[in-house]
Amino acid sequence: MISKKNKSALFNPLSQENPVLVQILGICSALAVTANLGPALVMGLSVIVVLAFSNVIISLMRKTIPTTIRIIVQLVVVAALVIIVQQFLIAFSYDVSKQLSVFVGLIITNCILMGRLEAFALNNRPWPSFLDGVGNGLGYTIVLAIVAFFRELLGSGTLLGFQVVPQWCYEHGYENNGLMILPPMALITLACIIWVHRSRNAELQEK
Amino acid sequence: MDQLKPHFKPGGKLAKLESVYDGMESFLFTPNDTSKSGTHIHDGNDLKRTMIIVVVALLPCLLYAMYNIGLQHYLAIGQGDAGVLTMFLFGLLALLPVIVVSYGVGLGIEFVSAQIHHKEIQEGFLVTGMLIPLIVPINTPLWMTAIATAFAVIFAKEVFGGTGMNIFNVALITRAVLFFSYPSKMSGDAAFVKTDSVFGMGDGKLIDGFTGATPLGQVATNVGDTLSLTGVDSTPIGLCDAFIGNIAGSPGETSMVCILIGALILLVTGVASWRVMLSAFAGGLAMGALAHAFPSATYPASLIDPVAQLCYGGFAFAAVFMATDPVTGARTNAGQYIYGFLIGVIAILIRVYNSGYPEGAMLAVLLMNAFAPLIDHCVVSFNIKRRLGRTKTK
Repeated sequence: MISKKNKSALFNPLSQENPVLVQILGICSALAVTANLGPALVMGLSVIVVLAFSNVIISLMRKTIPTTIRIIVQLVVVAALVIIVQQFLIAFSYDVSKQLSVFVGLIITNCILMGRLEAFALNNRPWPSFLDGVGNGLGYTIVLAIVAFFRELLGSGTLLGFQVVPQWCYEHGYENNGLMILPPMALITLACIIWVHRSRNAELQEK
Repeated sequence: MDQLKPHFKPGGKLAKLESVYDGMESFLFTPNDTSKSGTHIHDGNDLKRTMIIVVVALLPCLLYAMYNIGLQHYLAIGQGDAGVLTMFLFGLLALLPVIVVSYGVGLGIEFVSAQIHHKEIQEGFLVTGMLIPLIVPINTPLWMTAIATAFAVIFAKEVFGGTGMNIFNVALITRAVLFFSYPSKMSGDAAFVKTDSVFGMGDGKLIDGFTGATPLGQVATNVGDTLSLTGVDSTPIGLCDAFIGNIAGSPGETSMVCILIGALILLVTGVASWRVMLSAFAGGLAMGALAHAFPSATYPASLIDPVAQLCYGGFAFAAVFMATDPVTGARTNAGQYIYGFLIGVIAILIRVYNSGYPEGAMLAVLLMNAFAPLIDHCVVSFNIKRRLGRTKTK
């Protein structure tokens, strides 16, 4: 059940093979939904669910899918799961689904999904594929959460909607940084995280 | 100084601080390092001297900025008859903390970065540190200036490889960061005139009818077909005031006279490119004339006549001191004409037709900074093609 290979499928994507930090995939949504921590976490959760189950489904079908039409089959599976997640969000947390707007629907175009389906699910059994999906989704979520943490804290002075920066600071001249709310700072925050990550993992540095 | 030297060499107890020692030595003295091999001719016109000349060219603006900060303040509290010296002292005390913060933060980061990379400390920040206080509105809180300076030095300069490698003008990035981070502190009525006292000086109540908006700020909110610009004490102002510089604005940008003196120093010493300067003013004039040819109340800045366009706001300061930055600008001769001209055109274009930004010089220079390498590339490849064509026809 938890062999060494399965363990690496689950935990490697958290840091060493992180889809965002190392493979630089899924950047677009990382920029778009990270102005606040709440939507970023929901987005991360949605990606985990879609990625894990599409990995399992494709893995189950891997021997019956003709190679020539495999991309279309993958898209159909992912699209079906995305629609389920989207309807679920609209039903149970309407406000968050409003904030995420098109980006839940756009999970289907997230390169992490196609990447994992092509690279892993097509060649592995369902259980490792499930772990791989969860691991990559978690790696994506962690990065989103860190970016959103700094953007919401510095940009709005709140975390998950709760006021964190005390009123005392505002009375003494502190102001929220409007630039953090704008998309460019998501890119720069992400770059800083990659910077720290690379400097701690020297073997990932490109020569 | 020489006695201290052994401590800083590898193996000495302060070896980690070698680049600090090296920086101080070459800043204060001429180091006696000479080339080890072959014959070399060194021009005395090194980075240090170039930078010092730009700082000298900035001095008229700086001194007038101090006087003008005081003048605007005393006009605002209805004591316009306070002496010139009092005004100057007030401005000095108001501007000095900004200069200290700008140099402290910027040089601090440069020193630390040089230690980490075991490189020489470059003099590049000397000019940037002087430009920042001159383009940041005087009422900006010091901690905001510090954050923006740190951000600009790290992300616009150090990550690109330090002095001489940056794509964007560091001082303008500082201002852009401030502008987008804290828009309420960077524009409007409260940003450009010091209204509270400084170190106990200039205490007083604001007069009735006080307006802190810059001329361009007033233009942006102008209604109707005629412009009426006023100073801080509601008296009308004209082109003459803008030329001399006793109007509200960012510290360094108000006085056309001082900017022209600075421009003269830069041109005579050959530090700045006259092509960029000339074509920037030409571009501004052309776009200003074009906008003025189709005046409309929807875009009130089109009511300003072209010559006045050049005098109001930060246009002249940007054209003389920002556009001519040799690192971020175009290098080829033809490229410099295009680069400067487009800066002038875009600055006035943003000023007139984008109501969100009363002044476009900052954004114009940053935008053209991004395009400068492309312009150079086109000029060079065009030249190559032209010369290849010449050999083919024979």
